[in-house]
Amino acid sequence: MDIRYWNKDVETADVQKIRHLQLQRLKSIIASALKTPFYSRRLPSVGINSPDDIKTLDDLRRIPFTMKDDLRQNYPKGLLSVDTSEVVRIHTSSGTTGIPTVIYLSAKDLDAATDIMARSITATGAGRTDILQNMMSYGLFTGGLCMHYGAERVGLMVIPAAGGNTKRQVSLMNDFRTTVLHITPSYLLHIHSKLAEYGVKVGDLALKKAFIGAEPHSEGTRRKIEELFKIDAYNSYGLSEMNGPGVAFECVYKNDLHLWEDAYIVEIINPKTGQLVPDGQEGEVVLTNLIRHAMPLMRYRTRDLAFLHIEPCKCGRTHRRLSRILGRSDDMLIINGVNMFPSQIEEVVMKIPEVGNNYQICVEKDGALDRLIVKVELYSKMFLGEAKQIDNLKSKIGEELKASITIKPAIELHEPGSLPAFEGKAVRVVDTRPKL
Amino acid sequence: MKIKQISIFLENRKGRLYDVCSLLGKNDINIRALNVAETESFGILRIVVNKPDVAIKVFKDADIVAKITDVIAIEVDDRPGGLADILKVLADEDVNIEYMYGFVEKSSDRALMVFRFDDVDKAAAILKKHNIRIVTEQSVREL
Repeated sequence: MDIRYWNKDVETADVQKIRHLQLQRLKSIIASALKTPFYSRRLPSVGINSPDDIKTLDDLRRIPFTMKDDLRQNYPKGLLSVDTSEVVRIHTSSGTTGIPTVIYLSAKDLDAATDIMARSITATGAGRTDILQNMMSYGLFTGGLCMHYGAERVGLMVIPAAGGNTKRQVSLMNDFRTTVLHITPSYLLHIHSKLAEYGVKVGDLALKKAFIGAEPHSEGTRRKIEELFKIDAYNSYGLSEMNGPGVAFECVYKNDLHLWEDAYIVEIINPKTGQLVPDGQEGEVVLTNLIRHAMPLMRYRTRDLAFLHIEPCKCGRTHRRLSRILGRSDDMLIINGVNMFPSQIEEVVMKIPEVGNNYQICVEKDGALDRLIVKVELYSKMFLGEAKQIDNLKSKIGEELKASITIKPAIELHEPGSLPAFEGKAVRVVDTRPKL
Repeated sequence: MKIKQISIFLENRKGRLYDVCSLLGKNDINIRALNVAETESFGILRIVVNKPDVAIKVFKDADIVAKITDVIAIEVDDRPGGLADILKVLADEDVNIEYMYGFVEKSSDRALMVFRFDDVDKAAAILKKHNIRIVTEQSVREL
């Protein structure tokens, strides 16, 4: 096995040393947090008025959880600890309704995040001679840019291909002899289904590895990808709120994801009670970011369900491994790697006067990709009698949804009373994708 | 001049057209002209009936999405070129036809066609000017 380290001292440090580092960094984050409007109210309310009030790591648990809703309610600047002149980058992600959430990075924060990304890439054995085709979307989403920066730091040649345009993606792979892909697993499978059409064989390409993430997938999906492309596929985990991909990454042993504990404190809780569950037991991942000061975030409820491995990894890294993501403790949908909440869709469709009372969100598999269908009822009084009106209405709903959730779903218009009505807790989401 | 057409929004569901037609039958309403504009996921059924005001109420009570629109029914000579003559007049006068369809039966030796124009009043005036025969609401009821 080709075991490479980016920062061997930290990656293989003994547990005591990691905990000590965590404590020092936590104190420093507390100092930054006390400068934010949000935490400067919240921390004193639990008796934390200075970093010195944190004596041990157990004191972290005195701090209440920070929820996605806290981020929304404090949008845009409630969690900012510095003047915007200190900020070099922002990213946003979709909130549960129209209000997004935002993260801020200072130059130092970005440097630290890039370093963690570089460490993740190196753990897979990728290095300077590799050519990375980064097929995650660039822009407000963290997936594209954060991987890009990390890969440049390691010294890979980066092709900033972003998502979409499958034919061009395959040409790029072929022309530049791409060795590593960063991509969602569903899109990678979709590409395979297109190769024959483009007259390209897997053997023509130079692929060796894929970093797959941004959507939960099973071990079976990974194996399928590996067999179809004859490559190694590494699972990655991250979320915008924690700086994007690279929170946890698989090493060459591909035995679940090392969570970089010098950069993040991980807790696994029972989502109902908020109590810690023992190591090895499934629960909700709660993360404290130790490397971002411009916008501190502590005990953030990710809503992702996973568990921690206790046994050490053969690669020599001491950072505990996070299982693949097993599900969500909320109703967030992940459609081809794009996160969205049913409430966002509801907010858009219910604002359109031609739409009646009921709607339904259907998610299904269309080949390797996910397909989102939004079904709404036509409000009879608004019907003008023309097919043109219905076609225009469908495009309008599609466009407005795209503005909110970034992807354009298929729209179906139905007659009033034909979709399941509000009766107690209506089932608004019908997800027929195979379970993990 | 103008007659009432009923447009009905139908989702693509088995038996839906039957539902609508049987509802008309039960209420003793006779279909005079009919056309379906279909797309992948829905259809618009357009009908001219002998009792449009009763029909629209029946549909409303049954929660069927329906809307009355004004159309013009024209008598077309039943001979080669009959329809073309009328279309030439309309084209020369710059009248835009949105869609058209035929009646179920014809009156004497003339065929009956339903026309939907973007400007119904303008179209009616032009047809009159050229002595093209327009079917009245009254005669539709009596057909």
